[in-house]
Amino acid sequence: MQTHDKPQLKAEARNLNFYYGEAKALKNINMPIYDKKVTALIGPSGCGKSTYLRSFNRMHDLYPGNRYEGEIRFYPDNTNLLSPEVDPIEVRMRVGMVFQKPNPFPKTIYENVAYGLRVRGESNKRILDEKVEQALRGAAIWEEVKDRLQDLAPNLSGGQQQRLCIARALATDPELLLFDEPTSALDPIATGAIEELVHELKKRVTILIVTHNMQQAARVSDYTAYMYLGEMIEFGKTDEIFIKPNDKRTEDYITGRMG
Amino acid sequence: MSANSASDLPQVSDRLAKNAMRHVSERLIESVLFAAAAVSVLTTIGIVYVLVTESIHFFQNVSIVEFLTDTQWTPLFDDAHYGIMVLISGTLVSSGVALAVAIPMGTIIAIYLSEFANPKVREVAKPVLELLGGIPTIVFGYFALLIVTPLLQKIFPELPGFSLLSAGLVMGIMIVPYIASLSEDAMRAVPMSMREGSYAMGATKLYTAIHVVVPAAVSGLAASYILGISRAVGETMILAVAAGMQPNLTWNPMEPAATITSYIVQVALGDLPHGSIGYQTIFAAGLTLLLITLLFNILGQWLRRRFREAY
Repeated sequence: MQTHDKPQLKAEARNLNFYYGEAKALKNINMPIYDKKVTALIGPSGCGKSTYLRSFNRMHDLYPGNRYEGEIRFYPDNTNLLSPEVDPIEVRMRVGMVFQKPNPFPKTIYENVAYGLRVRGESNKRILDEKVEQALRGAAIWEEVKDRLQDLAPNLSGGQQQRLCIARALATDPELLLFDEPTSALDPIATGAIEELVHELKKRVTILIVTHNMQQAARVSDYTAYMYLGEMIEFGKTDEIFIKPNDKRTEDYITGRMG
Repeated sequence: MSANSASDLPQVSDRLAKNAMRHVSERLIESVLFAAAAVSVLTTIGIVYVLVTESIHFFQNVSIVEFLTDTQWTPLFDDAHYGIMVLISGTLVSSGVALAVAIPMGTIIAIYLSEFANPKVREVAKPVLELLGGIPTIVFGYFALLIVTPLLQKIFPELPGFSLLSAGLVMGIMIVPYIASLSEDAMRAVPMSMREGSYAMGATKLYTAIHVVVPAAVSGLAASYILGISRAVGETMILAVAAGMQPNLTWNPMEPAATITSYIVQVALGDLPHGSIGYQTIFAAGLTLLLITLLFNILGQWLRRRFREAY
């Protein structure tokens, strides 16, 4: 008996199709997401990587005319996240998200981080204080804001806002954290801080990250998936994808011949 | 090549001439625009000038202390009293009733239209709602007098035929569309990304609307409330028709009372000799109204700056 060093599954897309009205945006995607690993989604603009990412927390349910087919299995309980019987709010309680542009709420720093806890009905001041501090520490922003927790969050710099948004997502202990191009609105220094943070966070949480920046994918991820025109072209360990991709289209993209 | 360079010269001066023409037309347009802006500014200055000069004549005959502290307003009687508080109380009570209806209702409608209604409903509901704002206020006045007052009398049998309550309620209904429409615009201007941030945390639509969208739109909401207050304070016909016009110092909406505006319309329709003190009361009352509106506007501006949320 030989034990595989292959990590456990956290989620798995099975025959996933997605439609914006009539337009088919995702075509029969099958892909594993491994527990406590960083998986990067790369591909040219419009390839469906954000659409795929936003299926994991049912963001598409907010807009009329969208339709899923297939399954996203979520482990360990083997729930189908896309099932109509599963309440999207329950899904979002377990799957956090950080957006492309930092989107702090027009509230204080403290209230931003406490938001998800308050949504879950937590009102005990001591627990809130503790969780807020933990989350801010987890997002490597505690030292910068600990003396001004009552300042308005939109007054922070862009990089700080994005780390605050990460803290906001962390505060509720999500099992899976989705990052939708989290550094595309940030300067290189702030980007470096976020990447370091992603690296740190994977000890605690599974991460799925969409990025336009291939160096970033290479730096932060354990697994990489290349998507093109709504299809999953190739999935594998990041080292393998970047060193010797199997598919010609993947190679063209990562060597800069297209996209 | 000398011929060539010679033919270049007139071309250059042509272009210069064109520039000069453009310059003139730019200046012309600028002055037309300035004149248009100046008309409205000058009108305002003119109104303030007239109000202030006539009021000065008034205050040469009546002391400001008496004006502010007297508890009766009987400028046309032999025993004349000039206590503006009488009219201010009517104005504030009727406006208070109107805003107690219009602000909650307008805000709730705005939240519904902006956050809950599907686009088809919104496309129909919003223009219809705005149509309500286009109904002449005299129609609202008779609606209050002939329909709302009798209905209210079924609930409160002691309610007189004219009352601040009835006029105020209908005035509130009149103001709802202004508040709802402006508030809805303000809430819809809140970026979708902010709502998505809230939904992604597992929040419901209602929680998102109350805890994220409304705080983000608060400066726009404040602007709509200020507009509503100005409309209520300045409204004339509904009060003249349905609130009765007897000066009455009261804070009870169940009573009839005159407001500043309904007093002005009542006196202006009579045949007061020009320059008499009764005539001048119109201007003193008008100036008071202007100051009240100005006060609310300044308060609104301050609130807006204080609570402006960057996003």
